[in-house]
Amino acid sequence: MATLFIDNAPYQVKEGKNLLEACLSLGFDLPYFCWHPAMGSVGACRQCAVKSFRDEEDTRGKLVMSCMEPVRDQARISIQDAEAVGFRAGIIEWLMTNHPHDCAVCDEGGSCHLQDMTVMTGHNYRRFRFNKRTYRNQDLGPFLNHEMNRCIHCYRCVRFYKDYAGGKDLDAMGAHNHVYFGRSEDGVLENEFSGNLAEVCPTGVFTDKSLKQHYTRKWDMTHAPSLCQGCAMGCNIIASERYGELRQISSRFNGEVNGYFICDRGRFGYEFVNSEDRIREIGVKGKPEIKDRDSLLRTAAARIREGSVLGIGSPRASLESNFALRKLVGEDNFYHGVADTEFDLVNLTLRILKEGTVRTPTLPEIESADAILILGEDLINTAPRMVLALRQAVRRGPGEALSARMNVPLWQDAAIRQAIQQDKAPLFSITPYPVRQDELATKSLYESPDDISRIGFAIAHAIDPDVTEIKRLSDEERMWTAHMAAVLLRAERPLIISGYGAGSEAVIKSAADVAWALKKSGKDVRLSLTVPECNSMGLAMMGGHRLESALDAVAHGHADTVIILENDLYRRAEKTLVDEFLQKSRHVILLDQVYHQTAEEADVIIPAGTFAEADGTLISGEGRAQRFYQVFVPDGPVQESWRWLQQLAEACGNRTLSHLRILDDFVLEIAKTCPQFEGIEHIAPPSDFRIGAQKIARQPHRYSGRTAKEAHIQVSERKPPSDEDSPLSFTMEGYHGIPPSAVVPFFWAPGWNSIQSINKYQIEVGGPLHDGDPGRRLIEPGDAHTPVFFAEQAAPFPIRPDCLYLIPQYAIFGTEEFSVHSPGIASRSPAAAITVARADADSWGLRDGDLLEFQFNGQEYKLAIQTNQQYPRGMGTLPIGLKGVPFMDLPGWIRLKPVERS
Amino acid sequence: MKPLTGHIKADGTPLTLAEYEQLGGYQALRKALRMSPQEVTTEVKNSNLKGRGGAGFNTGMKWSFVPMDDPSAEKYLICNADEMEPGTFKDRWLLEGNPHQLLEGMLIAAYAIQASEGYVFLRYAYKTAAKGIRVALAEAERAGYLGSNILGSGFSLRMHLHTGVGRYMCGEETALLNSLEGKRATPRAKPPFPQVSGLFGKPTIVNNVETFSCVPHIISNGAAWFQSLSKNPQDGGTKIYGVSGKVNRPGAWELPMGITLRELIEEHAGGMRSGYRFRGALPGGASTDFLVEEHLDVPMDYGSVAAAGSRLGTGTVVVLDDRTCPVGFVHNLEHFFAQESCGWCTPCREGLPWTEKILRALENGEGRENDLDLLAMHAQALGPGKTFCALAPGAMEPLQSALNYFRKDFEQHIHEKKCPYGHTLH
Repeated sequence: MATLFIDNAPYQVKEGKNLLEACLSLGFDLPYFCWHPAMGSVGACRQCAVKSFRDEEDTRGKLVMSCMEPVRDQARISIQDAEAVGFRAGIIEWLMTNHPHDCAVCDEGGSCHLQDMTVMTGHNYRRFRFNKRTYRNQDLGPFLNHEMNRCIHCYRCVRFYKDYAGGKDLDAMGAHNHVYFGRSEDGVLENEFSGNLAEVCPTGVFTDKSLKQHYTRKWDMTHAPSLCQGCAMGCNIIASERYGELRQISSRFNGEVNGYFICDRGRFGYEFVNSEDRIREIGVKGKPEIKDRDSLLRTAAARIREGSVLGIGSPRASLESNFALRKLVGEDNFYHGVADTEFDLVNLTLRILKEGTVRTPTLPEIESADAILILGEDLINTAPRMVLALRQAVRRGPGEALSARMNVPLWQDAAIRQAIQQDKAPLFSITPYPVRQDELATKSLYESPDDISRIGFAIAHAIDPDVTEIKRLSDEERMWTAHMAAVLLRAERPLIISGYGAGSEAVIKSAADVAWALKKSGKDVRLSLTVPECNSMGLAMMGGHRLESALDAVAHGHADTVIILENDLYRRAEKTLVDEFLQKSRHVILLDQVYHQTAEEADVIIPAGTFAEADGTLISGEGRAQRFYQVFVPDGPVQESWRWLQQLAEACGNRTLSHLRILDDFVLEIAKTCPQFEGIEHIAPPSDFRIGAQKIARQPHRYSGRTAKEAHIQVSERKPPSDEDSPLSFTMEGYHGIPPSAVVPFFWAPGWNSIQSINKYQIEVGGPLHDGDPGRRLIEPGDAHTPVFFAEQAAPFPIRPDCLYLIPQYAIFGTEEFSVHSPGIASRSPAAAITVARADADSWGLRDGDLLEFQFNGQEYKLAIQTNQQYPRGMGTLPIGLKGVPFMDLPGWIRLKPVERS
Repeated sequence: MKPLTGHIKADGTPLTLAEYEQLGGYQALRKALRMSPQEVTTEVKNSNLKGRGGAGFNTGMKWSFVPMDDPSAEKYLICNADEMEPGTFKDRWLLEGNPHQLLEGMLIAAYAIQASEGYVFLRYAYKTAAKGIRVALAEAERAGYLGSNILGSGFSLRMHLHTGVGRYMCGEETALLNSLEGKRATPRAKPPFPQVSGLFGKPTIVNNVETFSCVPHIISNGAAWFQSLSKNPQDGGTKIYGVSGKVNRPGAWELPMGITLRELIEEHAGGMRSGYRFRGALPGGASTDFLVEEHLDVPMDYGSVAAAGSRLGTGTVVVLDDRTCPVGFVHNLEHFFAQESCGWCTPCREGLPWTEKILRALENGEGRENDLDLLAMHAQALGPGKTFCALAPGAMEPLQSALNYFRKDFEQHIHEKKCPYGHTLH
C-alpha cells in the first residue's frame, strides 16, 4: 500500500494502479472519458487532469493526467486545485463546441456519461460562437444506431472494437477536428461483441437499435437483475421493461463471469419475449372455453390422474421448474428433453468435472491463462464470451513480460499494445474446421473429431506416460503433439478447453486427460468444457433419463400423459420419432413460452413465463449457480413454470409440492433434498430480505407517468403487483442505495446516471462488486484425488466412400431457439447448408449451392452444400437448429445418394 | 567552415557517389567501423551535437539510451526527413544536395546502436530529394556501403526510403513511427521512449536530417573540432540557419552555431526590403515564440534563445514586417496547426480550430471584446503538459507571444471592426 495525499488528506491506496483508478476507488468524482476499467489508459481526452505537487513545499504544482500517472508512495495531488478544476471544465467546453446538444431526442439522454461529466465539471456557459462540425451517419446493421455528430472523440469505440474485441470493420478515419469513427462504408458491424459499443460509447454515437424500436428512458423502465439465456456462459444482464414489453438488455457487471461485456446474441436476442409467437393464453384442444387458471388446472389434473404420467424437462428451464416437474411426475418418470448425444456429452462433462482433479476457470482465470489448448470447440458459436476472454489472455503474457522489462505499467494500454505487436501467448486450436479463434492461435489444425481426440490423447501421453500412447500418428501430428505438450508443461497456468461442439465424447475425454496429466505434473491448470444451454449443467446435475427411453416408454404403452416443460421436442429428436411419440401419448401437456412445432401437437398448452416474467436459478457451464429475477408481471395467465407445476400437483392431489409456495421454498427444498445443489440458497438474499425495512426498488427514483400511464384504460392507478418471491419491489418504492450484488436491478449513483456508475458498486474500480461477485460455484474437484485417465485408443478417422461423417455446427446468430425471433439476429443467421471439403465436392461433381441428397438413420434428406478448402476430407458440417434444417442426432455417418450426372 | 554544405554544388544537383568519395566521403564510416559502437556514441555525445529537428537534445546521449545488452535484438534507425514546419527548408538543401552525407551519417549511427534496418521518412512533397536518395541508396549498395557485411566489418544494414503522405504530425517522432507501421499518425505515450520500444516495438533511434549529416564530420575530425565550430561550446557545430519574410535575400546558410539574429538578418539575409521595417521574428520556425527588436543581438543557440523567451527550434527565422498584419500572420499559422492536429487529444483537436476561428473573425472585423481572453485562455490551456504531444504547445508559442508583443494590433481589430492592414479572409 502507498500513502497518497489528495488535497492534503492522506489515503491508503494500492500501488501499481493509476491515480484515476485510485481516486475513483476512494469515491472521488473525477471525470474521465477515454479511460475504461477494462481497457486501461491512453491519455487522449485529458479530462481527468489533477494537480501534482513535488512535495509539501511545492505550492505551484503541475497538471497531470491522472489516468497516465502511477500511484507513488507519498505523492501529493489535488483534485480541487483551481487550475485543475478550470482545466477539466475547459475540456468539456471544448468537447461541447461541436456536440449537438440534442439530449432531448438522444437515446443516451438520462444515462449519458457525457451529461454526467458535463455536470460534474460545472461547465455550463457556451462561449464558442462559430458553426458546429457535422458528419454523415452510417447504417451499421440491425444492432446499432450511428449518430456521429454527437461524437466527442474519446476513441473508446475503436479501442473496444478493434483492440479489445478484435473487430476489423470499424476504425478512426480522417484527422484534426474531423475524425470519423465508422466503417469504410455503410454495412453491418461484423464483430459478435458490437453491442457493447452502446455501453462503451460515453455518449449517443452508438446506441442500441433494438431499444430504439420501443424507446424508453432508463429512468422510465423497470429493471431486474437477470441472466442471459443464450448459452451456458451465464453472463449477467439487466433486463428492462415498460408497458409490459421487454425493451432492453444491458450488461450487468460480474467480474467472475462476464466482466463488463456480453455478446450480441445475449444483448439483442431478447425480442422473443415481445413476439407475436408468444404463448400468452391457455389452450386446451377442443375446449376453447377454458381460459382461466382454475379451469385449466382442473382439466389438466383430470388428465394427469387418468393414468401414468411422464415428464420431460428442459436445459433452458430453471432448476426450480425442472425440480417441480420431477417432483410432480416422480424421479423415475423424469426425462431430459435433450438429444441423446447431447445427454451423453453433458453427463460425461459433469462426471469429468466432479470426479476429475481440475477445476473450471472463472473469467479472470481464463484471461490469465498463459498457454491454451482448444480441442474441437468452435467457441465463438458455442461459448461466445469466452473468445473475448481468450483474446485478452493471449496478450496477457507478452504484456506482462514487456511491462516488467520496460517498467511501464500494464494499464498503459497503447504503450503495451504497441510493444506487444503481434506477439501472443501460445494458443493451440484443433477443430474440425476453420473457426474464429484461429485469429488468436499460434497454431491451428483442422482435423476430424476422431483425429482431434487422438491428438489430445497423444498430448496427454507426452505429458504423462501413464496415458496410453496413441498409435499410427502421422509425422506432422507427432511433431505438433510433442511441441504442444512441451509448451503446456512450460506454462504456469495452462487452460484446456473442449466441450460439446465437436459432438465427440472422445474429444472431451482427451481434453480431460491433458488437463489431468498437467495437474499431476503440478500445474495450476484449468479445464473448461462447454455445454449447450443456459441450464444444461443444472439439468445434468439434477439427473434424469435419456429422451430415447421416454420415447420407448410411450411406444410401449408405459405412459399415458406426457408433460413437456419448456421444450420443442422436434429440436431434440428426429421428426418421425417425435411424431410417433406425440401421437401415441394420450395427453400432451406443454408448458412453454413461444409457439413451436411441439406446441402444435400438444393437447394442453400452458403459458410459461420467460426469463423476464419469472424467477429462477441456473447453473452455468462453469458450474456456477446464479439467480435471475422477474422484471415485470405480465397480463393474463402467464406465470413461472415451477408455479404452474406446483399448482398442477395440488390440483392432482399430489402433495409433494404442497409445502412449496414461493421461490425461496423451492430453492431451500432443492438445497435440502439434492446435496449437489447445496449452497444455492445462499446465492442471493431471500425474499424477506430488507434494507431498513425496505425492498429493493426495480424502478428508478425518477420513474415517471405511473399514475397516468394506464389512464386511458382506467383513471385510477392500479394496485401495483407485489413480489413475494424476491426482495425486489415492482415499483419505485424501496431502497435506492447499493443493494447486495446478486440483486442489483440497475446501476445508478448520485451524479453517475449512466452504466459507468458501476464504479460505485465495486470494492475498487474494475474489481469485484461490493459484497463479492454474484453466484456460487457448485462443482469443485476433490484435491486428494488422482485421476484414472481415459486413455482411449481411437483409430484414425476413416474416409468412407459414398459416406460423409456429418458433425453439428453452431451459429451464434441462428442456432439458439429463441434469439432468432429477434429480426436482427435472424438476419445474421448463416445459410442452411452442409459444408464439405472442396476436394470431396469435386469428387462428387458438386459445386457450391448444389443439392446433396443423403440418407441418415433411414431418413432421406436434401440440402444445399457449400465447399471449403480447409475442411478435412470425408467430413462435413451441418448448422443445426437453423430454420430449414431438420433435426438429426449428429454426429453420424450419412450415406450419399449417387449424383445423377446430366 | 561549412562542413555540411560546403561541398554542395551551386546548381543544387546531388553529389554522386564518386564525387562524394573524392571529397573524402565514406572515410568516416570506415573509421567508425574500426571503432566500437560505444566509442562512436561517446564521440558524438562529447561533440555536444544537439538534435537539429527542434528539440535540441544531445544526440549521443539519445543513442546511449538504446539497450545494447542483447546483440541479437532487432533495432531500427530512422531519419526524420518529414520537413513540414512552415518557414523551414534547411533539410531540403542537405537532402537534395548531398544525400550520401546523410546516408553515411545514418550508417555510422546505425553502427553505433547496432541497428539492422534503416528508414528515411521523407516528406512526400520532396520529390527531387526522393529521386536523389533513391539513386544514392542504389549507389551505396553497389559500392558495399549498405547491405550485408559492410566493408567486411561484419556489420549489416538495410536501408529504405519511405515517403509520407503529407502530415505535419509525422514530424513528431512517435507519430512518425506509427505512420511507418501503417497506423494512424498519432503520437505515442512516453515512456516507453522509442529508444526502448520504437518501430514495431523494437529499440529505435529517430534523428533529423541535419543531425545525421553532422555525424560523419564528427567522426572524421573529432568531438573537439566539432565543438570548436560553434561560438558556444555547449552547442557544438555549425547550424543551418534560414530566413524568410520581407528581407532582401531570403535563404539558408550554414554558419557557426550562436551567431546573432541581427547578423543573420542584416548580413546574410541582406536586411529588410526597402519600405519594410522589422517588427519581429519567429527564430526557429512556426512553432516558436516571437522575438522582437530588443532581441536582435541574442545569439542563435539553444540556451540563449530560450533565455530570450523562445526556442531555437529549427533555426529557420520567419520575419514579420510592419506591413503584414500580425493577426493575419498568426491566423495563417493557427490555420495550419489546426489542420495538422492529428485529432487524438481534446485540447489540440478542439482548441486549435477555435483559436483559428477567433483569429479569422478578428481579421474579418467580427471580433468581440472577450476574444482576446479566449485566445489567452487557449494559449494557457494548450500549453506544455496539458496536451498529449508538443504540437499544440508549439502552435501556441507564436500566438501567446503575438498577444504579448502586438496586443494593440489585436485590440485595433476589435475596436475598428476591421483589419487595419486591410486584410480579409474567406
